[in-house]
Amino acid sequence: MDDQFNIPGTPVFDGVQARKGYALNKMCYSFNDDANRKAFLSNEEGYMRKYGLNEAQKEAIRHRNVLELIAAGGNIYYLAKFAGIFGLGVQDVGAQQTGMSLQAFKEMLTAHGH
Amino acid sequence: MARIIGAIATSHVPSIGGAIAKGLQKDPYWKPFFDAFDPVHDWLARNKPDVAVVIYNDHGLNFFLDQMPTFAVGAAESYTNADEGWGLPVRPPYIGDSELSWQIIDKVMAQDFDLVTCQEMQVDHAFVVPMQLLWPDGGANAIPAVPVTINSIQHPLPRAERCFHFGQAIGRAIESFPRDCKVVLLATGGLSHQLDGTRAGFINKEFDLWCMDKIVNDPQALADLTTKEIIEKAGSQGVELMCWIAMRGAMQGHVSAAFSKYHIPVSNTGGAVMVFDHQPAARALAAE
Repeated sequence: MDDQFNIPGTPVFDGVQARKGYALNKMCYSFNDDANRKAFLSNEEGYMRKYGLNEAQKEAIRHRNVLELIAAGGNIYYLAKFAGIFGLGVQDVGAQQTGMSLQAFKEMLTAHGH
Repeated sequence: MARIIGAIATSHVPSIGGAIAKGLQKDPYWKPFFDAFDPVHDWLARNKPDVAVVIYNDHGLNFFLDQMPTFAVGAAESYTNADEGWGLPVRPPYIGDSELSWQIIDKVMAQDFDLVTCQEMQVDHAFVVPMQLLWPDGGANAIPAVPVTINSIQHPLPRAERCFHFGQAIGRAIESFPRDCKVVLLATGGLSHQLDGTRAGFINKEFDLWCMDKIVNDPQALADLTTKEIIEKAGSQGVELMCWIAMRGAMQGHVSAAFSKYHIPVSNTGGAVMVFDHQPAARALAAE
């Protein structure tokens, strides 16, 4: 995930990512609508096909894996809507990406204040 | 003539809206954050602004990547909120001020900022949460507002200095508005946070406090930051600092901090609230 800024652990959603991830992001953007969230849950494969996701994007969706989704061109703001389907928030998403438990991730955030 | 009486800058983290919906304002985790708004409410009660210009970034409610404006101004009579996908209750519509919208559009375009104008616009948590924090009764009980968005999703983003100049153009537009009214600026977002990548959870208290200091008397120091520097120091979503920089640019008279509070963490974010008094330049001179 090299980009122009090259800041460790920090994806930047530039033109390369935007082109790569358009279908995935468009699908995730559709999850603003409750009917679409339900349609996805009732037929995940069909829903992904409808939006034209490539195989890497489909695999990342099947794995519910945020780092894989970002590598496949996903932008975190739209991916947050995908996570929302499962009742997961940005702290769950952060814990998964950093390989921490949710509790440990929250403690790490709180420790920033000290 | 219209007068910018001051500004309020606040974080807009969605979970603040969730906490309001669940009535958690007195919960130990949330109380220090919500208590910071008591003096802000006092400031609003004393100063009684008539209209707000809200500078924020949309997170994928009104705008998608199919059409992504760098700078957009709402020009509607009212603004609806809608489902963003993760369960925040949808708020009633907010009232616009389309006369002021068009004043800003006309006068900012004349200063070479080529805006996108929106006669229909949905406002997301970055607009709604601060409005809820400032006017808890909400909806028609909040003051009329003009939404102004800065792209913070799709790189390249506007440079910090460009945002500062954009704010200056907005300030001149407001102060040449013939209606006699008191305008408050709102900047929403920040401060440091990062939601994506293996550096997710990054918060930089030292940098946030530096920003809160510089924004009062040395905003050029913020305008001089590159996008890369902001991401390095404030995290990838810390770029929302652009909204604060634009807000500060709009105040070109005498600015002082009336209130300032920093609280970590608000969810994944360095939470900050600031209130600024502004005395427009002409009046500042007249008073000397």
